[in-house]
Amino acid sequence: MRLNRVAEAAAAEPAAAGNQAESVKRGVLGTTASRELPVVLAGAAIAEKLILHVFLVNCSDKAQEDAPLLTAPQEFVLVSGPDRADTGQGIPEFKDPRFLVLPGGRPRTVRRTWLDTFDWRLFRAGLTLELVAGRSTAELVLTGCDGEQVAAEPAADPPIRWPCRLDQLPAGPLRERLVPVLGVRALLPVARATSALAELRAVNADEKTIAILALDQMRVARPAGAGTCGAPPARLSVRPLRGYQAQAAKLAAALALTTGVDQATESPFEAAVAATGRRPGDYTGKLDVRLTGAMPASLALGTVLGRLFDTALANLPGTMADIDTEFLHDLRVCVRRTRSVLKAAAPVLPGGLLDRYRPEFKWLGDLTTPTRDFDVYILQYPAMRQALRAASESELEPFLHFLQRRRAAAFRQLVTGLRSARFKSLAAGWRADLERLTSVPPSRRYAADAYAATTIARAHRRVLRDGQAITPASPPQALHELRKRCKELRYLIEVFASLRDQAEQARAISELKTLQDCLGEFQDTDVQSAELRVFANAMMADRSAPAETLLAMGEIAGALAVRQAAARQEFARLFAGFCGPHGRAGIEALTKARS
Amino acid sequence: MKVIATYNIKGGVGKTATAVNIACLAASEGYRVLLWDLDPQAAATFLFRVRPKVKGGGKALIAGKRPVDDAIKATDFDNLDLLPADFTYRHLDLHLDSERKSGTRLRNLITPLRRQYDLIVLDCPPSISLLSENVLQAADLLLVPLIPTTLSVRTLDQLTGFIAGFDGRRPQILAFFSMLDRRKRLHTETVEQLPAERKDLAAAWIPALSVIERMSVQRAPVTATAPRSQAARHYRELWAETRKRANLPPPAAVG
Repeated sequence: MRLNRVAEAAAAEPAAAGNQAESVKRGVLGTTASRELPVVLAGAAIAEKLILHVFLVNCSDKAQEDAPLLTAPQEFVLVSGPDRADTGQGIPEFKDPRFLVLPGGRPRTVRRTWLDTFDWRLFRAGLTLELVAGRSTAELVLTGCDGEQVAAEPAADPPIRWPCRLDQLPAGPLRERLVPVLGVRALLPVARATSALAELRAVNADEKTIAILALDQMRVARPAGAGTCGAPPARLSVRPLRGYQAQAAKLAAALALTTGVDQATESPFEAAVAATGRRPGDYTGKLDVRLTGAMPASLALGTVLGRLFDTALANLPGTMADIDTEFLHDLRVCVRRTRSVLKAAAPVLPGGLLDRYRPEFKWLGDLTTPTRDFDVYILQYPAMRQALRAASESELEPFLHFLQRRRAAAFRQLVTGLRSARFKSLAAGWRADLERLTSVPPSRRYAADAYAATTIARAHRRVLRDGQAITPASPPQALHELRKRCKELRYLIEVFASLRDQAEQARAISELKTLQDCLGEFQDTDVQSAELRVFANAMMADRSAPAETLLAMGEIAGALAVRQAAARQEFARLFAGFCGPHGRAGIEALTKARS
Repeated sequence: MKVIATYNIKGGVGKTATAVNIACLAASEGYRVLLWDLDPQAAATFLFRVRPKVKGGGKALIAGKRPVDDAIKATDFDNLDLLPADFTYRHLDLHLDSERKSGTRLRNLITPLRRQYDLIVLDCPPSISLLSENVLQAADLLLVPLIPTTLSVRTLDQLTGFIAGFDGRRPQILAFFSMLDRRKRLHTETVEQLPAERKDLAAAWIPALSVIERMSVQRAPVTATAPRSQAARHYRELWAETRKRANLPPPAAVG
């Protein structure tokens, strides 16, 4: 607009307008002089007040080639402060409108829901999934670390209910992209917000848009429902247009120097999550504790047990709501780790504590086992169905329905148990006793480092002893017992990971994991074979299985037997390696106290 | 990816107005569009407020010393990019002539862009030259604006004859009446007679309207600044016919 006026003035009064028109021309074609240039952001309440001081730059071809380019959107936050008010001093005098900011599209409001798994798998994979809903449209948008869109999918009809498993998402490239990252985990809303969006255009002296400025004023909703829990500072994103990256870089550089404008240090997703009092990645199923070698062993164990208990409780609501199978899995892992620690804690923790809680955690573990067993069956069902050779896939379907019914019954019992007075008493008592344990001056008999070395060495010796006793004639139970000893050893290594060299620990885990995988395959196939017979009898008894289904189950049993035999054969070779000098050295490196 | 060229041997017939409006309409429908302003007069470039400058000029571009990618500018319209004109384009014939396979050089330059764009619109200068031969080799459809006068119809005959004798890839021709003024008797007579004689004539036509001429003042396509105007309606009809003739699939199916 302004340039047009200058051009008109030049036409009417060439002499008078000459100087002004010349300065505009220099603005377009470039000059070597630098001069200060105020620019006004218009079109939004905040932007109207913001005056930017942009410096005229040399934009000759050579300078353009060497100039830094803004190749990706740059984000700023508009912070309030005492200096900010001073900028609203009316319309500034334009000395040289190299960049002018004009209103863009219509302002609009969108509802935003950020989604991730309970254990932040998308965040850890550098991805952000957002449901953006307008008046009549909704779209799921997956973006990468750099804000670049990876995939998008309409999601308005039918609306998606959260939590949502992968198979409940609309089929398409977005779902395909999520499959390897999410696995069996469900998507949960991790933050909700309403954004008032305004789009502005930064134009050059030709009034050609060189960058889009997106203004986002976000109000973060309370996770539980009504009301807002915060409004992070408004965000201003500078999105360069192709071919104008150098000019957009100048604009962004000028913005960065402007009072009341700061570089954004977190994404809108991180800002929204922070407003709810959380931070992305704040949950992990891994045991993440920092111990020191000189720490009394009882304090170290108290810290570990406390963290395990926190993790177990974090998984409790998701387990009871049956959001996905991993909540129960992580809960069980915590219980097993707790039991392993308690088993090895006799010299360190008070005897009364162990006597009271070891049976209680065994009860809790046993309570969760039936549901988990059915989960494993159902998770493996697609693979079992695909492996059928003689039977058709549809013939096996009654078996799936049987598993689902049994799983539902087992789950009801699990929930009853988790709501029982016994569980409440266990939880309340354990928390109080753990607090006492870490607050009472501990016995100095063991330092954590020495204790770790001793317990890992003892667990290792047990694995070697039990494994060496196994012969080809040993019953499956002997391998099951060895698997338990391996798990105990593995948990102890993980519990004391922060006291050991990471490379040594990784090597030990690697040695152990190969053996554990083989033992796991042997036990799973053994247990599943036995269970298949039980299931077949039960299905015959309640007349829920046609003969074709039983035949198909027989085929599965045959395949399990083949896998079991292969695992048994493989065990001898792997255990020989584990007992060999290289295998032993891997574990024994962890059995030496550092202090 | 389809390539459409607005082309006529004659100047001042509405090639640029057609190119920018067709490109803008296609982009508004979701097609990813590149408009290449091949005319050193740079009218299309001016309309989109872009500087008529290509680094290294037409010579570097034709010789492949500067990637075409680097010269592309975004317009102010979603999905629509522009490869601007440069005054050195007046020597494009010479630069093309110095290349091996000079007749297909333009096609070879735009072929790598097929991943980025669904449609390329070439706004050509008025001439019949080596550049014209390149345009014919590159285009799937020639969109030929035709002022309904005897001389204009003669140039269409010349063009048709040139293409018929052309040794190589022959694009389809879609001629249409441009700058039609029904107050002029010659225009009315030509519009009544010519369709019976020529099968390559579009049913859509573009009237002579001041709002189209004022695009140079607004510096934007009339289909964007006055989408409900009579001019915009005519361009939409022409675009619909062009899309059908070019056999361009719907935006979602393109890729």
